[in-house]
Amino acid sequence: MSARSKVYSSFDDAVRDIPNGATLGFGGFAVVGMPINLYEAVAKQGAKALTCVSNSTRGGATLPADAPDMGQMIKYGQVRKVICAFTAPTRASQRLVLSEYVEKGLIEAELVPQGTLAERMRAAGAGIPAFYTPAAVGTELAEGRETRVFNGREYLLEHALPLDYAFIRAHQADAAGNLRFRRSQRNFNPIMAMAARVTVVEVEEDILPVGAIDPDDVHTAGIFVHRIVKIPPPPEGWWPQRPGSIAR
Amino acid sequence: MSERAKGLTRQQMCDRLAMEFQDGWIVNLGIGIPTLCSNFDFGDKQIIFHSENGVIGYGPLAAPGAEDLHLVNAGGQHVTLQPGAAIVHHADSFALIRSGRIDVTVLGAYEVAENGDFANWKMAGQQGGGIGGAMDLAACAKHVFVAMEHQTRDGKPRLVERCAIPATARGVVNLVITNLGLFEITREGMALREIGPGVTVEEIKATTGCNLIIPGDVPPVRMRPAHDH
Repeated sequence: MSARSKVYSSFDDAVRDIPNGATLGFGGFAVVGMPINLYEAVAKQGAKALTCVSNSTRGGATLPADAPDMGQMIKYGQVRKVICAFTAPTRASQRLVLSEYVEKGLIEAELVPQGTLAERMRAAGAGIPAFYTPAAVGTELAEGRETRVFNGREYLLEHALPLDYAFIRAHQADAAGNLRFRRSQRNFNPIMAMAARVTVVEVEEDILPVGAIDPDDVHTAGIFVHRIVKIPPPPEGWWPQRPGSIAR
Repeated sequence: MSERAKGLTRQQMCDRLAMEFQDGWIVNLGIGIPTLCSNFDFGDKQIIFHSENGVIGYGPLAAPGAEDLHLVNAGGQHVTLQPGAAIVHHADSFALIRSGRIDVTVLGAYEVAENGDFANWKMAGQQGGGIGGAMDLAACAKHVFVAMEHQTRDGKPRLVERCAIPATARGVVNLVITNLGLFEITREGMALREIGPGVTVEEIKATTGCNLIIPGDVPPVRMRPAHDH
C-alpha cells in the first residue's frame, strides 16, 4: 500500500527519532487505552525537555506500581512541562510524582479542563487554530485571558494543541494503520492521532493484513497512523490487570 | 462509617438526589460520593448514564472477576454496559456535554456558596489541581447537583457565603445534599428544603456558613421514591 511499512518490530525502533524538546501526547483514560509499552520505550529512548500531554500523569489502580507511566519519565528528568486535566491528586492521601517537581519549580504544569484538552487537540487535527468554550469562565484559569460574549453568554478563547508525536493503544490494526478500539479504550486516542505529525500505536491483537478491517468499521483511518507495534504477551509486554490481581 | 446516630448515609444522600432524576434523563456522575446514585432503584424510569470517557449507557459495577478491562467509568471503576449503549471518543463525549445534552451532573465539592458557585478542583494551599471534566460539566449541564459532607473534617462549614477556594463554576448549583439535609439554591439565596433524620434546624444553622431560608416547617428528607400513580 505504501512505499514504507508502518509495521515496526520493536517499541524502541518506533520511538528512536524523538528529538529533545518535542511535544508528545499520551492517550488513555484510567489505564484503558494507555500506551504503557510506549511510555517505557520513550523513557528508555531518553529524549529530554519534553512537553507531555495526557489526561493525567498516572494511570490508575489497575496498573502495577512499577508499571511505566508519565511519572517515570518525570523521575528520569525527561519532562519540562505537562499539560493535563489532573496536575494534583484528587485525594489528600494520594501523592503524585509530578507534585514534588512542580513544587520545586522543575516542571511547569498547565492544568486544562478535560473537555477543553480534548477539543484543543481535536481543533489541531481539524485545522482550526482556536475556539471559544464556556468551560472555566469565571474561574482562576480564565484570569487575564480573552473572553467573548456570544448570544448573551461569556466564552473563553482556547488555542489548538498540536502534537509532534502521539502515543496510543488500540485493539486492532491492519498493516495500513487503520485502527479499531475496544469499549472505553477509544477516549483521547483517535483525537491525539489526528493532532500529531507522527502517530505511534501499540496494538493488542496481531496486526491484520491490509483490507481485513471493513472500511465502515474503521475508527481511526490509517492516514493518521505512521507506526504500529504488536504488544507481546506478558511479561514481555505491559497489559492492564484485573483489580484483584495486583499485589499491594 | 457504618451507622450514623443521625443524619444521612452517603447512599441515602445519593438516593435522595437520584429521586429527582426524570424519566429519559441523561445523567453524568462525578467521582466519589456521586457514583452511588447509580445504585438507586429507578423503577420504570429510563435513565442513561454518561461517563466523560465516552461511555453512553453504562450500568452497574462489574462483579469482581467479571470486569471487562477495556471498560471503565469516569472514576476508573469497571462498569457494565446496558443494552443500547454506545461508545464515542473524548471530543464527541465533551461535545455532547458542551452542547447541553446532559440533563444533570452530580458532583462532589469542597464548598458550595449561597449564590450557586462551587469549588471542587483545588484544595486550599495546593499547587495544581484535579479538574477532570468538572468545569465542562458544571458550565454546560442543564442541572448541577452536589453531594458532599456538611462540614470539613476540621468542623468547618462547606455551605458558605462565598467560596474561599478557587471556584469550578459560578452560579450553577441547583441542589445540594449533605449528611444533614437537602438545600436548594434559589434566586433569594440558599433554602433548607428537607432535614435529615435526628437533625435539628438549630444544628444545621450552627454548622452552615451562610444565611439559610428556612420555612416554618421543614419536612424530613424523603427516603423512598414517590412512585408514579
